[in-house]
Amino acid sequence: MSSRENILSKIKQNQPELLPLPDLSVLGSEKYDLVEKFTEILEGIGGKVLQVSDFEEIKKYIISNYPINARVISTLPEFSENKDWQTADPHSLRDAEFLIIKGQFAVAENGAIWLTESEMGQRVAPFISQYLAVIIDKSTILPTMHQAYEEIGSIDYGFGVFLAGPSKTADIEQSLVLGAHGARGLVVFLV
Amino acid sequence: MTKSNSLPLTHNSHLGTHSERAEIFNKDFDRTTWHDQTLYMVRQKRDKAAFQIDDWELLRETASQIKNNVLSNMHDYLLQFEENASNNGIKIHWAADAKEHNEIVFGIISDYYRGEIPDDTFKGMVKSKSMLTEECHMNEFLAEKGIEVIDTDLGERIVQLAEEPPSHIVMPCIHWKKEEIGELFHKHLGTEKGNKDPQYLTEAARQHLRDKFLTRPIALTGVNFAVAETGEFVVCTNEGNADMGAHLADIHIASMGFEKIIPQKKHLGVFLRLLARSATGQPITTYSSHFKKPRNGQQMHIVIVDNGRSTQLGREDFRNSLKCIRCAACFNTCPVYRRSGGHSYHSAVAGPIGSILAPNLDMRANADLPFASTLCGSCSNVCPVKIDIHQQLYKWRQVLVQEGYSPTSKTLAMKGMSVVLSNPGIFKFSGKVGRMLMDKLPFLVNNRMNPWYKQREMPEPPEESFRDWYKKNRK
Repeated sequence: MSSRENILSKIKQNQPELLPLPDLSVLGSEKYDLVEKFTEILEGIGGKVLQVSDFEEIKKYIISNYPINARVISTLPEFSENKDWQTADPHSLRDAEFLIIKGQFAVAENGAIWLTESEMGQRVAPFISQYLAVIIDKSTILPTMHQAYEEIGSIDYGFGVFLAGPSKTADIEQSLVLGAHGARGLVVFLV
Repeated sequence: MTKSNSLPLTHNSHLGTHSERAEIFNKDFDRTTWHDQTLYMVRQKRDKAAFQIDDWELLRETASQIKNNVLSNMHDYLLQFEENASNNGIKIHWAADAKEHNEIVFGIISDYYRGEIPDDTFKGMVKSKSMLTEECHMNEFLAEKGIEVIDTDLGERIVQLAEEPPSHIVMPCIHWKKEEIGELFHKHLGTEKGNKDPQYLTEAARQHLRDKFLTRPIALTGVNFAVAETGEFVVCTNEGNADMGAHLADIHIASMGFEKIIPQKKHLGVFLRLLARSATGQPITTYSSHFKKPRNGQQMHIVIVDNGRSTQLGREDFRNSLKCIRCAACFNTCPVYRRSGGHSYHSAVAGPIGSILAPNLDMRANADLPFASTLCGSCSNVCPVKIDIHQQLYKWRQVLVQEGYSPTSKTLAMKGMSVVLSNPGIFKFSGKVGRMLMDKLPFLVNNRMNPWYKQREMPEPPEESFRDWYKKNRK
């Protein structure tokens, strides 16, 4: 017998009698001011949140706050017409300084943003870029993770991530340091 | 470099039991106090995060029930996961034990190189945190085959450079001071001598490991949750190291104990709300990555490992230990863990949960671990999936004594106590002698032969026994 059959038959023999799954509909009834809660939580974990009225305002902010001579990539035509990077070898993004993308929706209770590879352009892009900007439609902020998974539903993707803030570590004496391996900074524009 | 409390650099119980190793750790009083306080601070962060969720207890109960259902339907969920993941283009492997796991991983690497492992430094693997590969001693196995494994979690990289195993499953180098890390990085990464600034040291590690991510073709990650319904798996990190490895590598291997399965995607909502809050007090980890299909041109493999888990599933008293989601809340709250350090447990998973998992793998080698507890129950109170940890510790003690694995000193003492306690005459006499000795010859108990004298003063002996007092005062 192969290991597969061995393991499965031993599990079948040893698993206890079937117990029911609990009801999840009772969870996630928290009432938040969604924009306020999302902003408070995300800023608490090292992200920056800015409320803007249009793309022009975002452009202005980026030009005055980030080095524009460095490599900027984006999936949004408002920021870059170049799409070649999306199909290039992922290693070629090693010098990406700044990535601007749009998030599908966000979660108030933990400051997380849901992205799938279609928003990312490339799977590695939001991780390898030094800095990251994500644009979120204010009306898409959901209260908790329960509503978030309802929203995702059965939509198919190859890779998706809940991203909450910049990359960080506290492995050295519990001192929080931003920019471990992924983006050093995250700015979220709420439109 | 030397550390004042340096412990044997391996998980091997032949090099000492928990109490022997804890004694070495405790020799450095200030470090023990610092370790204790650091972990308690993490425990307090957990409390703060938990209290912000009104439904926290309901969440724990729900998570516990989901995991009970998983244990009771494991066989079918695994088949469903295998089918869905295969349809998504992921190759599934099954490993009965640690050895088979390691051989499967090596086989995947060997196939990638078409059987001819090249002789260059760039052929190896970047690995994000996986306690399972620690349990399987995979790094050592692959090193013997000429494959270098680079741990990419900062804490794990630190202990790897120091040739130590992690001492905590979430914070692998919690026992290291920044001065020591500065010295280690100066030696291995060429940082300035004497620089101990965490920001500076983290930046050095970022540059050092970015180079590894960009040059290594194979990435291995652990698995936090595997969803039967969709065939996807979720990996949680704060650093982004799992993603940097997986999205750049030609091959992504994910190793999982079979108990990581959950029924449906919506159940992730429950576990992701609990995991980081219980672990570090964060509302969620920075990255909760959902891997469903390999990217174009990439190979994705999942190795599903048993290694004793199916036996544990059959032990009614201990199967609940398989509900664990590896948050380490039980470590941070445990008064014994906090004052004895992770290496005292000589097991890949230390702390209270490790002490109920390890005896299943090897009763003889791990017979001391269920005794490394005060049975205070704090572990069970913080567990996000409501594992009855302290009760299992207590039950393991009974099993170990019955099977003849209890420590000899404890067996002798217990036999002696049994004679004294079952005979009122001897009990009365022993009490009298004890009080007299403590009063007239205190050095007989106030010495290092008496474990109760360690780190504490013995109390004044009472003037009379309760029995005598009761006789006198009874109206």
